[in-house]
Amino acid sequence: MASNPDTKIQGGLLGWVDARFPLSQMWNEHLAQYYAPKNFNFWYFFGSLALLVLVIQIVSGIFLTMFYKPDAELAFASVEYIMRDVEWGWLIRYMHSTGASMFFVVVYLHMFRALLYGSYKKPRELIWIFGVLIYLVLMAEAFAGYLLPWGQMSYWGAQVIVNLFQTIPYIGPDLVTWIRGDFLLSDATLNRFFALHVVALPLVLIMLVAAHIIALHEVGSNNPDGINIKDNKDENGIPKDGIPFHPYYSVKDLVGVGVFLMVFAVIMFFFPTGGGLFLKPDNMIPADPLVTPDLIPPVWYFTSMYSVLRSVPDPFLGVVAMGAAVVMLFFIPWLDRNPVLSMRYRSFAAKFNLAVFVVAFVILGWLGLQQATTEVSEMSLRFATVYFAFFFLLWFLSKERSVAFSLIAFAVVVGIYTIYDLLRFDPSDASLIMWSWLIPTVYLFVTMVAPAFARGLGRDRAVPERVTS
Amino acid sequence: MANQGVNRGRRRFLVAATSVVGGAGVAAVAAPFLASLQPSARAQAAGAPVEFDVSAVEPGQRVSVEWRGQPIWVVRRTEEMIAGLSEVTDRLRDPESEVESQQPAYAQNEFRSRDPEVLVVIGICTHLGCSPSYRPEIGDPEMGADWQGGWLCGCHGSRFDLAGRVYRNMPAATNLVVPRHMYRTDTLLVIGEDEDGEAI
Repeated sequence: MASNPDTKIQGGLLGWVDARFPLSQMWNEHLAQYYAPKNFNFWYFFGSLALLVLVIQIVSGIFLTMFYKPDAELAFASVEYIMRDVEWGWLIRYMHSTGASMFFVVVYLHMFRALLYGSYKKPRELIWIFGVLIYLVLMAEAFAGYLLPWGQMSYWGAQVIVNLFQTIPYIGPDLVTWIRGDFLLSDATLNRFFALHVVALPLVLIMLVAAHIIALHEVGSNNPDGINIKDNKDENGIPKDGIPFHPYYSVKDLVGVGVFLMVFAVIMFFFPTGGGLFLKPDNMIPADPLVTPDLIPPVWYFTSMYSVLRSVPDPFLGVVAMGAAVVMLFFIPWLDRNPVLSMRYRSFAAKFNLAVFVVAFVILGWLGLQQATTEVSEMSLRFATVYFAFFFLLWFLSKERSVAFSLIAFAVVVGIYTIYDLLRFDPSDASLIMWSWLIPTVYLFVTMVAPAFARGLGRDRAVPERVTS
Repeated sequence: MANQGVNRGRRRFLVAATSVVGGAGVAAVAAPFLASLQPSARAQAAGAPVEFDVSAVEPGQRVSVEWRGQPIWVVRRTEEMIAGLSEVTDRLRDPESEVESQQPAYAQNEFRSRDPEVLVVIGICTHLGCSPSYRPEIGDPEMGADWQGGWLCGCHGSRFDLAGRVYRNMPAATNLVVPRHMYRTDTLLVIGEDEDGEAI
C-alpha cells in the first residue's frame, strides 16, 4: 500500500482532488488493490466483455437517436435513412443490432460461468440477484428497442409480448390498453417504448451494473476452484492466491477484448443479419396492423422462454410458466444447498444435471424459432419439464440421499408429468407422447436413481485448501 | 447523543405523520404520471363505426375491413362451409358460444352471426393477438383430412372453424370476438355499432 506511487503524491493535482474526492482510494479499492484469485480462466472474460458491450450499445445508441424519429409515420423511413443516407449510418446501426445479440451471448456465457463454479453461493447471493435483475432489465431493454424500427416483426413481436399481460385474469385487458396507450399497438406505444429504451431502462441498467460490481468487490471474486481466497492471507492481509486486478487482469481482459472485437467485427461487417437470427427479413417490411407474418418467432435470445410459453396449452398458465422460468433463477442460491461451489469437485450427477440444463436451454431456443407443429409443441413440453426439473435437482443434489428417498422423490416427480400425459393423451399422437416421455425420465433416472445405487455417481470430491494452478 | 429529554412518543408521532403525508404526496404526484399513459382523448375519439357493403363479397371469400386499426373479417360462407360447422362441434372448446364476452347476444348461435351466410369477426387471435391465416379449403392437406375450413394462427398454432370457434387443446382459450354490428340496409353492414349503440 505504502509502495503505491499514487498515494505518495500528496501535493499536485491528484492530491488536490484526493482531498476533495476519493479518487485514489476508489482506484485502489476496485483496481490496483482489488485482489482477484490468480486462477481465472476463459470463463472469466465475460463479465468485463458485458461491460464493454454496454459501452458499445450506449455510444452507438446515442448516435442512432440523433437520426431516428420515434413516430409511427416516420420511424421505418428514418431507419432506412440511417442505413442509406447518413454517413456511416449503416455501420452505427449494425453495431447496435450486433451489440444487442452479442450482449445476450456474453450474458448467457457469464451466467453459465456462475452456475459452473457456484458463483451464486454464499456469500455471493446478492451478486447473483443483481445479475438476474440485470438480465430482466436487459430483456425489457431489448424488447423495447426491437419495436423501434417499426417493421412487421417489430410490430407483431411486440403485439404478442404485450398481449401476454392480457391473459392475467380480471385486470389483463385494461392493463394492456394502459401499456399500449391505445386500443391497439400504435404511435403512442412506439413513443413510450422509445422513452423507455433510450432513457429509463438504460439508467436502471447502469445502476444495477454498479450494484453488481460493488457487491462483487465487497465479497471478492469466486474462481474455478470455488475456494475462498480470503481464508488464506499473508502477514499483510493480502490473499496468498490473489493478484491485483490491475495490471494483471486488466491486461488479461484486453486479450479477451481483442478476440471479442474480432468476432464482433466479422458479424457486423459480413453477417449483420446473422442469417435471419439477429435481424429478420420480415422486419424490412413496414409494420402493417392488418397482416400478420406467417411465422413470428422472437429474436433468438428470447426463444427458450418463448418455447416454455408455447408448451402450455392454457394462455394464462403459459405466461405463468414463462415467468416462472425466469423467476426460478432468483432462487438458485437457496435451492442449491451443497457446500461445494465449483463443478470441478461436484459429483457426476451434479455435472450431468448442469449439462442437461444447458442442452435443454439450447434446444428450447431452437424450438422457439420453429412453426408450432404437434412435434414442436411436444418437444417444447418435454424440454420445459427438464428445464424446471433442473431447479428441483439443484436442491435434490444438495446432499447424498437415501435409497428410499431417492426412489420416492423420483416416483413423485415422474408421476406428476405422467398423470398430465394421461389426462391429455391423444391416440393420434400416442407414439410421440410415449417416446418423448423418456426424455425427462431418463434424465431424472440418471440424476436421482442411479446415484442411490452407484454411490460414486453422486459423491462430491474433496476441495483442496488452495487454488490449483 | 442528544437522546435525553426527548419525548419519544411525540417523535414517533411526528415521524409517522411525516411519512404518511409524504407518502400521500408521492401517491398524488404518481397519479397524473400513471394516468398519462392511458389512451389519450385523440386515441379515444378515433373509434368511429365503419360501413361495408357485403354484396361485394363472393361466396367463400374473406374480406378484411379495418375498424379501430384491427382487421375485421367478413366471410360469405358457402352451403358446404355452413354444413361443415356442425361436423366439428365435438372437437370445439366452446361450440355453443357460452362465453358471453366473445359475442353480442344476436351472434350466440351455431353460425355466430346475424345472417348464417355472412360471418363478421375481429381477425385477432384471442391467444396473443396475431392475425390468423385463412384456410377455407375443406380437407386442406396441411390441416388434416377432417379439416372443414377455418383459420390457423401462425404464431402459436391455434385453430378456429369457419364460425371463429376455437378447437380444443389450443393455446387460445376462447372463440374469436364478434364485434357489435348490424345491417343498415339488406347489404350495408355497420361495424362497431348496433341497435344498442356504439361498441365500447
